[in-house]
Amino acid sequence: MIHLYQNNGYNIVLDVNSGSVHVVDELAYDVIGFLEKDNPLHAVESLRDEGTKAKLFAAFEDGYTLTNPKGSPAPQGHELRNALGYTREDVCDVLEAVIELTKEGRLFARDVYEDFIDVVKQRKTVVKALCLHIAHDCNLACKYCFAEEGEYHGRRALMSFEVGRKALDFLIANSGSRRNLEVDFFGGEPLMNWQVVKDLVAYGREQEKLHDKHFRFTLTTNGVLLDEEVQEFVNKEMDNVVLSLDGRKEVNDRMRPFRNGKGSYDLIVPKFQRLAESRGQQKYYIRGTFTRQNLDFAKDVMHFVDLGFKQISIEPVVGEDSDPYAIRECDLPDIFREYDVLAKTMVERERAGKGFTFFHFMIDLEGGPCVSKRLSGCGSGTEYLAVTPWGDLYPCHQFVGQEEFLMGNVDAGITKPEIADEFRSCSVYSKEKCRNCFAKFYCSGGCMANSYKFHQTIHDTYDVSCEMERKRVECAIMIKAALAEA
Amino acid sequence: MKHIKTLNTQTLNNTVKKGGCGECQTSCQSACKTSCTVGNQTCEQKK
Repeated sequence: MIHLYQNNGYNIVLDVNSGSVHVVDELAYDVIGFLEKDNPLHAVESLRDEGTKAKLFAAFEDGYTLTNPKGSPAPQGHELRNALGYTREDVCDVLEAVIELTKEGRLFARDVYEDFIDVVKQRKTVVKALCLHIAHDCNLACKYCFAEEGEYHGRRALMSFEVGRKALDFLIANSGSRRNLEVDFFGGEPLMNWQVVKDLVAYGREQEKLHDKHFRFTLTTNGVLLDEEVQEFVNKEMDNVVLSLDGRKEVNDRMRPFRNGKGSYDLIVPKFQRLAESRGQQKYYIRGTFTRQNLDFAKDVMHFVDLGFKQISIEPVVGEDSDPYAIRECDLPDIFREYDVLAKTMVERERAGKGFTFFHFMIDLEGGPCVSKRLSGCGSGTEYLAVTPWGDLYPCHQFVGQEEFLMGNVDAGITKPEIADEFRSCSVYSKEKCRNCFAKFYCSGGCMANSYKFHQTIHDTYDVSCEMERKRVECAIMIKAALAEA
Repeated sequence: MKHIKTLNTQTLNNTVKKGGCGECQTSCQSACKTSCTVGNQTCEQKK
């Protein structure tokens, strides 16, 4: 399975099953496209077949291109020379290169993973990450909040140290030989329960020595209560910190007001700037949400850059179709254009030595995750669980408050292992829509909470999100192609 | 003239046997929290 696309002047061939990325000229782009359709075996033997070469010559003499696959009237007798000046020799060169890459397993690679999926899905998993809902309360009233201003379809509550301690004990006890354990302090707004955060970090540091574990603590905050004392502690103890802000003042303040309706931008921005700087512009994300009310979100990304931030994430909102801010299918062309603008800008900035990171364009073509990770998805419900302020366990933060997903609690542990089993069984091979998607090994089947929200099953996909994910993968690879140029 | 330039040397199938140690970061813990972004994670063994 291959995916061919053109972006920012680059012709790109992604070989889906090997993960190989080829940047090709126009002729190779057309030849590979032709072979994908007209040589369905894609085996070295069939590529070497004289008949394949003859078909290629005939097609290209007939003016074949991917955009004009039936061919235009034959140019200048039988001399193969298209507008770009390619010859039969060029076609043979491309075919030889294609055969070599196919032999090496870098082009037309077969899907060997479906046979492997049972091994992955039946493996024993351990819990390695917890999302601690330290506070089901918030000092902002963001209009798109999936947590309903921190309350998660329930009551306002703060996690006690006792519940948090049991959660860390549960994590250690269920983590097997896994050494690195992740704990995110989440909310609502976790700084509204700051003393418990600090006490839990201290407890975790004690316990990690006793059990030969290493806690990686992270914090997701809106910054309202961020002060010097918090900053110092965060810099000492938090592996990563996610700072919530949406971008330009008018964009941020429209969606992220205080409960009295006043905007939060002016209070928060200087605090986040200081924190990012004090961390050496590393190990944090300034993280925003874009909605259909700011489809020109590349401007918000660049606003963050202008404010001095280097680690940036801006994500599409997830909302009901009836929500005025929700992304709709008709918004996709605008969103795609915006991702293209952003990707081109990032290439220019990087070349000028002023690069920055955009989370959704991060892609590691050499050292990315192994197949096992790509097949097993995000780990929700198995390796990753959310803990409510009163100690209930859910598959992830987005399922909190949906009683059918209540899996257990920090006292009794997992009491409904069948829920974990269902999440474990979910993969790109259990979702029909993923089978022929070129991006399946990059999103691993997408967010199960979003699938459930829109289709009432975790074995489906949130289609608008899939479209955006495919576009982001294309942009991310284009950036790699552009920066690989001398 | 070189018609095809390959950007990466590693292939996914090479990771079938040696992968799966499970030490890598959990996807949602990083920055997203509302979408699944496995492909941009880094393998812990290659850090």
